[in-house]
Amino acid sequence: MGKEKVENVVIAEHLTKQYDGLTAVNDISFQIKRGERFGFLGPNGAGKTTTIKMLYGMSPPTSGKLSVLGLDVRKQVREIKKRIGVVPQETNLDTELSVLDNLLVYANYFGIPKNAARKRAEELLDFIHLEERANTMVDALSGGMKRRLLLARALINNPELLILDEPTTGLDPQARHLIWDRLMSLREQGVTIIITTHYMDEASTLCNILVIMDEGKIITEGSPAELIARYTSQEALEIRVIPDQTQKALDILIPKSKSYEAQDETLVFFAPSADELLKTAEEAKLKIEYVLVRRTTLEDVFLKLTGRRLRD
Amino acid sequence: MNTLVEVARTISPIGVYRMWQRNWTIFKKIFWLAIAPTFFEPFIYLLSLGIGLGLFVQKIEGMSYIQFLAPGLLASTVMFGASFETTYDSFVRMKYERTYDAVLATPLSIEDVIGGEVLWGATRGYLNALIFLIVIAAFSLVRSPTALLLIPLLFIFSLLFAVIGMTFTALVSNIALFNYYFTLFITPLFLFSGIFFPIEALPSWARTLAWFTPLYHIVIVCRNLVLGRLNESVLISALWVAVLSTILFLIPIALMKKRLIK
Repeated sequence: MGKEKVENVVIAEHLTKQYDGLTAVNDISFQIKRGERFGFLGPNGAGKTTTIKMLYGMSPPTSGKLSVLGLDVRKQVREIKKRIGVVPQETNLDTELSVLDNLLVYANYFGIPKNAARKRAEELLDFIHLEERANTMVDALSGGMKRRLLLARALINNPELLILDEPTTGLDPQARHLIWDRLMSLREQGVTIIITTHYMDEASTLCNILVIMDEGKIITEGSPAELIARYTSQEALEIRVIPDQTQKALDILIPKSKSYEAQDETLVFFAPSADELLKTAEEAKLKIEYVLVRRTTLEDVFLKLTGRRLRD
Repeated sequence: MNTLVEVARTISPIGVYRMWQRNWTIFKKIFWLAIAPTFFEPFIYLLSLGIGLGLFVQKIEGMSYIQFLAPGLLASTVMFGASFETTYDSFVRMKYERTYDAVLATPLSIEDVIGGEVLWGATRGYLNALIFLIVIAAFSLVRSPTALLLIPLLFIFSLLFAVIGMTFTALVSNIALFNYYFTLFITPLFLFSGIFFPIEALPSWARTLAWFTPLYHIVIVCRNLVLGRLNESVLISALWVAVLSTILFLIPIALMKKRLIK
């Protein structure tokens, strides 16, 4: 088996996926380098899940080129799947089995010998802090524990590439932070990580590079900081004034801002210093009902690029 | 057709075996719980129909009704065992437990997964049939050592129903539709394949129709071998089932591939 370490773990060129008369992924190109933590962000239906399903053969591309670990997804998917791990969006553990048996049964799909599988499974249970639960039935686990077990299961074959589809959707903050912490420690082991998410804090914390997708297209790519710098500015001033002063506020603050956005009654102005903007507003004697000075987040970029229209 | 060729090229025996092993591992944990009812079933049938109804029925082909009935019911156990496993149980794994999605992220292909599921369904029907065979032997209803030939043959018989059940499963969208499968397909086979009365009692068109249905042939083989008649009709019927199982084997796999790999 060729295990040459390719520099680009994933290369996609003009990748398109159509099914049921709809274009889920529309001519996208991207590259993921070894050791990166690469995020796919986008609203529901943007094509994130379809894109990652193409990476491991669940969804053959309609056209374009796609290689994973230097292997062609159309011809060498079995070889690809030996060397990657997948954490699915929906929990699909074997509910009739214990925590440990879930890992052992999964190891068997990879042909890992029994003794090695047991040793690896025990290491992984330590890694996800479930060592005390080895013999618990999966049904008795909390949502967060099931997610951790899915992560451990995806690591059973020591994958070079780990794919996570919305890994923390529906979890409480403690459970999310534990998953994040585990993923960050994998980074130190040099595992390449691909994540889809619609949580901006998750993308900011975990990803060093990300693409934002909408309607099957990649609309932008960069590190979280680069995207903030490119589309907005470092700080944001959220302000609401009495209704008949809204126009006055716009007239005064727009010239001093890099960009602005109206969220219902609340106006949001982006600038290198939100304090400066606030000072200007106060000097103009605006009657302020609500004000907030904050850092710009990825969410501002996301909403600016994908709009506020509701997606289902 | 192209899909069938691709399926034949992609399926891997070791992958199929690993999927089978998954189901066996889980089944082993509840083995006695799952298998106990299959011991009681023949008792219930043989007592009520063989002994109870048998009192009112004249001898058939020179044998008691219970002797006539027992090998016929043996044939039905492979049908029921394999059918339940590849319809309800496989559907639950596919749609509710999402087991197939989990396994497809490993080196196993969809061909391996469905191939393993079909073989597992065949195994379930086979286990039921073996137990039934042991029970009727204990009742002294197995009259000849030719019945030993059933030990390999019952697996092939069970395989055919596993293949047919999985084909139906690949086509249905809702678990409620399995009621149609059992009411309109399995139950008529159960009643009109010569288990309860000789098929010769039916009009000739019905006998012709029966020849084209699977359980009819399985009943012929089971009854003849249990009674020690190793004749031409045993050979023809056994071949009929074996050939059909082989021809149809890749069909549910191709259908499932179309359904799940989009």
